[in-house]
Amino acid sequence: MAQKKPLKVLTEPLFDDNPIARQILGICSALAVTTKLDASVVMALSVIFVTGSSGLIIGALREYIPNKIRIIFYMTVISSLVIVVDQVLQAFLPDIADQLSVFVGLIITNCIVMGRAEAFAQKSPPLLSFLDGIGNGLGYGLILVFVGFFRELLGSGQLWGHEVLWSSTWYERNLFMLAPPSALILIGLFIWLLRTFKPEQIEKE
Amino acid sequence: MKALRRYLDELHPKFARGGPWERFYPLYEAADTFLYSPADVTDGPSHIRDAMDLKRMMSLVVFALGPCILMACYNTGLQANLALESQVSAGVIASPADTGWRAALLEGLGLGFSAGNVLACFVHGLLYFLPVYLMTQIAGGFWEVLFACIRRHEVNEGFLVTGMLFPLTLPPTIPLWQVALGISFGVVIGKEVFGGTGKNFLNPALTARAFLYFAYPAFMSGDKVWVAVDGYTAATPLGALATAPKEMGIQSIETGLDISWADAFLGTIPGSMGETSTLCCLLGAIVLIATGVGSWRIMLSVLVGALGSAALFNLGAEGSDNPMFQMTPLWHLVTGGLAFGLVFMATDPVSASMTESGKWAYGLLIGVMTTLIRVINPGYPEGIMLAILFGNVFAPLIDYVVIQANIKRRLARSAQA
Repeated sequence: MAQKKPLKVLTEPLFDDNPIARQILGICSALAVTTKLDASVVMALSVIFVTGSSGLIIGALREYIPNKIRIIFYMTVISSLVIVVDQVLQAFLPDIADQLSVFVGLIITNCIVMGRAEAFAQKSPPLLSFLDGIGNGLGYGLILVFVGFFRELLGSGQLWGHEVLWSSTWYERNLFMLAPPSALILIGLFIWLLRTFKPEQIEKE
Repeated sequence: MKALRRYLDELHPKFARGGPWERFYPLYEAADTFLYSPADVTDGPSHIRDAMDLKRMMSLVVFALGPCILMACYNTGLQANLALESQVSAGVIASPADTGWRAALLEGLGLGFSAGNVLACFVHGLLYFLPVYLMTQIAGGFWEVLFACIRRHEVNEGFLVTGMLFPLTLPPTIPLWQVALGISFGVVIGKEVFGGTGKNFLNPALTARAFLYFAYPAFMSGDKVWVAVDGYTAATPLGALATAPKEMGIQSIETGLDISWADAFLGTIPGSMGETSTLCCLLGAIVLIATGVGSWRIMLSVLVGALGSAALFNLGAEGSDNPMFQMTPLWHLVTGGLAFGLVFMATDPVSASMTESGKWAYGLLIGVMTTLIRVINPGYPEGIMLAILFGNVFAPLIDYVVIQANIKRRLARSAQA
């Protein structure tokens, strides 16, 4: 396999090969945790940390992992990292950790993390895998922040907990935006936007 | 008339390919086919000729909606006038004349606010229905034309029906900006993102209504929205029964709200504007079935599904704490939007099942879901909207199963021979 350029590995998952919009991975948490912008950002940072570090570790150990039990091995690495994230969040950001509830723990099952380990880190050098993990985490975070921004803005009339849309006076809060299906529609609109600018992503009929 | 035709023909080159207004061809095409029948003739190998084109079909649906529209205006006005009368006699307001621009206009026309005067009620209701209808047409039409111009498809007659159905499903007190937002969502997300009329899998009018229902529940449900008078609360029969104590049962409608079965059948009860009258829906159903526009299979199977499951629940009324169990199938038929939904919404040819046997399954599914949501789910007093959307989602799957079974049966037959 020809090695990709490091910069490309880092930036490709943002728009050209976005994990949510193009690979359709990690949708569940994108629907569940994006009612508030701050929670979305924290979730995005947590996933970036986990994908990046797991790429680094699995990339470094890839020669020593027995092929038959590699999935279990990835699980061990990923869950250790997620436990670290969970503990840090509970210690320093208890409010947001409460909001994210089980979804921090569920980063373990986030398809992006496992998917990148299996598809990239197991056959690439550690630094490149690290960049790939960061890139995919960023791609995931981009959508989370996009969705979280609009859901908090339209659903609560707030941004980062501050009132911006005069929600106490004339702005009528759109409660649909607080329900998970709205995230699905926002992600759909994002994909629509993305494909308008990058028509090559449209599947052949 | 000839001059008009000549004028349109003269305009044609300007809108045709290469003309200066090429981009707006869909607008020209829409105006032309609205006034005249399309000039296109059948070409290619297919030679089925049918006068029943999309335009005639959609016009017939709007025609069938006629009784419901008239009733929507009359009943909205009637409920408002009744409420005003009771507010005046209770001393809440001094006179109905100073309650806004509608009241001023009615006063100016000399119609007054008598609930006994049919014309006064009708005009009062019209003043509520018309703004909602116009807003739907303006906002929805804007998106229709925008997508038609950019995507280069025709402005479709489908919107004529969507734009008529949507206002009829709204409460009279709905703010106009919500109407615009709702229909925009229905047209864009419910229809145009999938490629326009014929490619949507959800009913756009119901998609629009469901969006508003979940976005602004305070404006779409509860006791305050059904009568177009400020500060007047009136429960719908379904809403009242759902929250009634068990011992009251069906009495909570008959004596609590003073609504008899006949009132509910005629539609002189509070509710969404166009869907209170079962009688008018029945008239519409006759038109749709007689002209073959609406599928009688779907209507019948929704009816059987809804009333059959209602009868089953009714059997268990004794042993249950849920007052909704006490509602008889006949009451189910005349309350809420069941009749309206099963006649006009479930039969939407685009989002319903296409196969004839699939239509039975599709209708039964909707009917049973409606009663299930009404009776079992305490969150939603009415279930027809969600049930039809649910049925819409399942329609392609039902069709797939029917077609696969068909193929299998034929394969088996040819293998035997």
